[in-house]
Amino acid sequence: MIDNEKINPDVEKEVVPAGGPGEEMHLDDARRVKVLSPGMLVFKRFIRNRLAVIGLIILLVMFIFSFFGPFLSTYGQTQVFKGIGSMSKEYASAIYNEELRYSISEGETFGSAERAQFLLAVGKNTDTFTYKDAIYYFTTEGEGVYRILQLDPVAEVLLGIYKPMAGGTVADDLKAAYESAVKKEQKSFNLNGITYRITPKNKAAIISTEHDVALAMLSVYDAYNQANDSTVASYAFKLASSRAIAQEKAAFSVGSQLFTVRYDEGQATVLDSTDKEFAEVSNIIVRALDQSAFLSVDFKSAIRQSINDRLTKFTYTDENGQSVDYTIVRVNKTYNIKRETPTELIRTFEEPSAEHFLGLDNNGMDVMTRLMYGGRVSLLVGFVVIFIEVAIGVVIGGISGYFGGWVDTGLMRFVDLFNSIPFYPMVLIFGSVMDALEVDPMVRIFLLMAVLGLLGWTGVARIVRGQILSLREQDFMVATEATGIRTSRRIFRHLVPNVMPLLIVQATAGLGGIIITEATLGFLGLGIKYPLASWGSIINVASDSFVMTNYWFMWIPAGMLILLTVLGFNFVGDGLRDAYDPKMKR
Amino acid sequence: MRSFILRRLFLGLFITFFGAMVVYTVIRSLPTSYVETIARQRASNPLSNKTYQEWLDQLNAVYKLDVGIIPGFFGWLGNAVRGDFGESWHFGVPVTVKFSQVIWYSLIINTITLFVEFFIAIPLGILAARKQYSRTDYAITVFALMGISLPTFFLATILKYVFSIKLGWFDLYGLTGRFFNSMTPSQQILDIGYHMVLPIVTLTMLSIGGLMRYTRTNMLEVLNSDYIRTARAKGLSEKVVINKHAFRNTLIPLVSYMSYLLPSMFGGALITETLFQIPGIGYVSYQAIVRGDIPFAMFYTTFLIVLTQVSLILADIMYAVVDPRVRAN
Repeated sequence: MIDNEKINPDVEKEVVPAGGPGEEMHLDDARRVKVLSPGMLVFKRFIRNRLAVIGLIILLVMFIFSFFGPFLSTYGQTQVFKGIGSMSKEYASAIYNEELRYSISEGETFGSAERAQFLLAVGKNTDTFTYKDAIYYFTTEGEGVYRILQLDPVAEVLLGIYKPMAGGTVADDLKAAYESAVKKEQKSFNLNGITYRITPKNKAAIISTEHDVALAMLSVYDAYNQANDSTVASYAFKLASSRAIAQEKAAFSVGSQLFTVRYDEGQATVLDSTDKEFAEVSNIIVRALDQSAFLSVDFKSAIRQSINDRLTKFTYTDENGQSVDYTIVRVNKTYNIKRETPTELIRTFEEPSAEHFLGLDNNGMDVMTRLMYGGRVSLLVGFVVIFIEVAIGVVIGGISGYFGGWVDTGLMRFVDLFNSIPFYPMVLIFGSVMDALEVDPMVRIFLLMAVLGLLGWTGVARIVRGQILSLREQDFMVATEATGIRTSRRIFRHLVPNVMPLLIVQATAGLGGIIITEATLGFLGLGIKYPLASWGSIINVASDSFVMTNYWFMWIPAGMLILLTVLGFNFVGDGLRDAYDPKMKR
Repeated sequence: MRSFILRRLFLGLFITFFGAMVVYTVIRSLPTSYVETIARQRASNPLSNKTYQEWLDQLNAVYKLDVGIIPGFFGWLGNAVRGDFGESWHFGVPVTVKFSQVIWYSLIINTITLFVEFFIAIPLGILAARKQYSRTDYAITVFALMGISLPTFFLATILKYVFSIKLGWFDLYGLTGRFFNSMTPSQQILDIGYHMVLPIVTLTMLSIGGLMRYTRTNMLEVLNSDYIRTARAKGLSEKVVINKHAFRNTLIPLVSYMSYLLPSMFGGALITETLFQIPGIGYVSYQAIVRGDIPFAMFYTTFLIVLTQVSLILADIMYAVVDPRVRAN
């Protein structure tokens, strides 16, 4: 090697008068000419191309946005934002009571077996029934109100012979009273303030006294004041009130207390002597769905009224003065009362605000932040895929172009074969398989990169081969052969670097295509998956036309980012092509 | 020339054969399949008295999946050569029947797109080349690059948003309107045409950029060639130079470009058709592929491979037909 500086044109020479300040330099002095390195020339030509510079700026902004943006963003990629919203929740349910409810007199028992017998008797339209040894008798006090009494036999009468049942003898006045009752065809008679009842038994008749056992009715009682619960639940009160209500009497008394009744549609309110509301009687049962919640009688009354008035909505103001809206939804025979309850909700599809510049998405995540993280994935996928493509393409194309002959033919047929495999069908198949296998989203990204890279390297291989085919005939290759450099070094050190400019152009333009492919797969739901984001998968929600129509911020920003990035890559690729190949510039 | 075509045809057959084999191998090696899904569904049916494995074996036998990949491929190939591509699993009709039902929609859409594309892109490309580095050239270049850079789904979604939702001019999806069945035949044709407008606009806007740049590059090359300089030197008017000498030579590479478009013309636009739910070959194959319908996927991919090979051969032949210089070599 002789003086390096003289043969190497890459070294820039400064315009300095050679022989000191005093020496005159001719205008056409070779030293005046500023020699630029080829790299510098390309750079200068590139910078002169306005579109390429715009593209470079766009890409720079995108990279900063995607790779540095997440550090500035105060939110996480998968951070879900929740807020307090009102949600209609089921609060209470109401139903028309269709089952008899029993209130049992103090000290008596009336179990389920007796109840069953009683119901049978009601069905058979007889007024007596027996269970074990006890005989029961019932009277109908009003619609759905039955008073059940137990009979205590005193005597059995068969053909005029009185047989005492409880020991002792049968008093004569009882006999006389019985006979007169039979004559009048009465079923009961009164003697000395005691009511006796005559029930037939086979051919005999039984005279018995009676006492209250239970009251069966459809109505439900609610005491206004919890202190009065026991009074309201008492047998005496229920008997008196139900009798009064059945006969629509305006007043009744229990013991010494006097009560008045106010009738509304479907329900009755019992007022005490001071005209204060005492109890509510209705055939609608209202229950709170949450066992811990206590429903005031007033509230129950409001529900009943709304049901009776066939309203679907009502507002109730509670004792604290809070007014809450309720809706009534009827399901078959049940009425569900729903209440607008404050609930913690995921803030989905929230409009852009100062807090979230591009709003929140369908999962309540910050769209802006996800766009940043999505940009990382989209750009990384692009770079990795193009790297795989170039790596495979350079090796196969390099070998093919360098050796030529049957190696070239064989490899090129292989390239043809790969090239013939339809791209989208194959990628769709892979996508749906990964869906079916429920591959982890992170693993999925790598598999996607591999698949895209493996399907796309043929273009690079062709270009490299074509270039090398023409390059290997040139003199510098003859020189490498003459100096005995090894084959691999000749290919990868001397040939491939000469293909580099074309490869860079190809790769830059190809990057845009890969980003589009990745985004398309994401849009079809076959690419990157939730919870990871990519620009394509962010737009995916817009395939639902409701989201597309109503939430522009879900898809337009992501789409614009894809468009701008791809445009940037294409501008730069174009600029590089022009800069490397100035022949087209003539 | 004949030996060249014969060699090319032989190569095409070779690639089709191996391409189909690769695709078949990939599809068959997939860990889950349509058959397994169906077998699982049937086995979980309470009325079923067979286990999953029994259903799987039975279905595999029905669908001829109980043989290995290589015998399976040759079985498929044997039938395919005789024109029997089997019955589509997803659609329940023979693959070829389904294909002949839907191919026309794709063909019509793509043919119209092609015409519109050529009528817009070629004049613009020539204009850009003639006024290289002018404002017009920059505008056309930017426009072309925009077209290339737009993702299909984004453009389609924007078009839908503007024209279907905001303006209400077109339907969002489908090929036919709501009252299609009560229309007269001529109205039905108009209705279908009306529904094809947005897909055609989408496809045109996406493909126009590539062709425009291709035309521009070729025109620039032609304009820089010696015979154009000769023509100018002869004193021909600019009109004659451009329209007779330059334009005809620009068409040479365009003829081969047209041949390359063959696969996309018959292969349908998978993404666009899916987005607009146009029942063309693209959308139908998308449905079939996503559901793992092997006969249809095999048919579609083989069809595409054959189309690609035919288009390559056609491009070579067309090149020779149009350009006498190529014939001489």
